[in-house]
Order: sequence, then C-alpha cells, then structure tokens
Amino acid sequence: MVPTAYYIGLSAILFTIGTMGVLIRRNSIVIFMSVELMLNAANLAFVAFAHAYQAVSGQIFVFFVMTVAAAEVAVGLALIVAIFNTKQSIDVDQMNTLKG
Amino acid sequence: MSAEMILFIPLAILAVVTAIAMLFSRNAVYAALFLITNFAAVAVFYLILSAPFIALAQITVYAGAIMVLFLFVIMLLGAEQTGRTPSSWWLQPLSLVLGLILLGEALFFVFSQRGAFPAGGAPSPAFGNPVMIGEVLFSQYLLPFEVTSILLLTALIGAIVLSRRRA
Repeated sequence: MVPTAYYIGLSAILFTIGTMGVLIRRNSIVIFMSVELMLNAANLAFVAFAHAYQAVSGQIFVFFVMTVAAAEVAVGLALIVAIFNTKQSIDVDQMNTLKG
Repeated sequence: MSAEMILFIPLAILAVVTAIAMLFSRNAVYAALFLITNFAAVAVFYLILSAPFIALAQITVYAGAIMVLFLFVIMLLGAEQTGRTPSSWWLQPLSLVLGLILLGEALFFVFSQRGAFPAGGAPSPAFGNPVMIGEVLFSQYLLPFEVTSILLLTALIGAIVLSRRRA
C-alpha cells in the first residue's frame, strides 16, 4: 500500500516542473505543454484523494478537467497558429505589441 | 516493501525524469514525446489507484488526441528548433529559485500534514469501474456533463473562427 502522501508529493513535484517550464521556456508551444503537465499533476492529486476517501466524485472531476483541457488546447493552438501567421514566430518575447 | 511500492518508485522516477526532459529538450517534438511518456506513466498510477476508466481516458484523450494535436501544430508551423534566447539574464535563475521555493513549500506542507491524510484501505472491487462512473456521471453530475457539451461546442467554433484565413 503506497501512502497517499507519496502520490500528493509526486503531484507537487510534477506541478513545480510544469511551473518552471512556464517560467523558463520561451517557446509558446512548450509553455502550453507545461500547462498540460500542471493540469495532469492536479488530476493525479484528485485521483489519489478519490482513492483515499473512497469517493468517486474525485474521478468525475478529473473527467471534467480533461474536457476543459481539450477545449483549452483546441483554442490555444488555434491562437498560436494565428499569432504565427501574423508574426512568423511563436517566441513569447516577440509578443510584445501590448507593451506600453 | 510491498509490491505496489516496487511498482510506484520506478514509475515515479520515470514520470519526474520525463517531465524534466520535457523541460530541457531543445526540440519541441522531443518535448512532446517526453510528455506522452509522462502521461502514460501517470495513467499507470491511475490504474494502481483503482481508476481504470480515468486511466484509459488519459491514454485516449491526453496521450492520444491532445498530444497528436500538439505534434500536428509543431510540424505545421515548423517550430521544432527553439532558440534559447532569454530576454533578461536574471530571468532563468529567478524562476529556478521561485520554483524551488514552491516545491519546498508544497513538500513541507504535504509531509507535515501526512497524518491528516486517510490511509486508504483497499476499496471495493467495483470502485471506479465504468459502470459506477457512468451511474454517478448521469445522475448526480448530469447538468455539468451537459454544460461540458456547450463548452466543447464553443471551443470548436472558437478554433474555427481563429484559424480562418482573413480575406
């Protein structure tokens, strides 16, 4: 039996790696993948607690998070393609048109 | 050491190493492939945690649909090579320090509150199987499930509008 705390600790580690990916990388597609990694870490925590509390609602919530992630990816990648078509680059440092 | 622990430790190492490799790989295609491996490892965790439906949804939706979409866009844009040009020299060390602070706080919280977590005995064999998930999803969570369809329709229309070529 693996303690629940180990799963939550692993989830925290994966979430932190995702956060550092968002902060360090400049390629907007890799930043997007890091956001997916963070969502996945949150899902792991949900499933671990669902197992610990014997509550199936946690697994249902993971199902909804997956749906929202799919919608987010569809819109986000369309945005990236649109930005690439106007700027010929997906580097986040190039997206500074709103800078005052 | 129990059998689950023997399964847990290599999988945890695999998940963390693939996540770090995704973070540092220069080629965006390699980053996507590392992320797919990470999702597969997490799917095995879901199986251990008696969530087989979520595990297979993870494989089909995340590792299948979402990551194929990522690879498709990477290859469509030809954005495999990512130049490493940080805008400010202090950006990377600062984010490293902030990330380590976040990790330290999270791990400290988890392991200081460890006693508050329920031990989680072996659940009933029916726990988490598709029948149980379906019964809860279509009774207690029927309204959120239907709202999800509106969300997906909105995302569909939004993606089409955004990627339409302007005249």
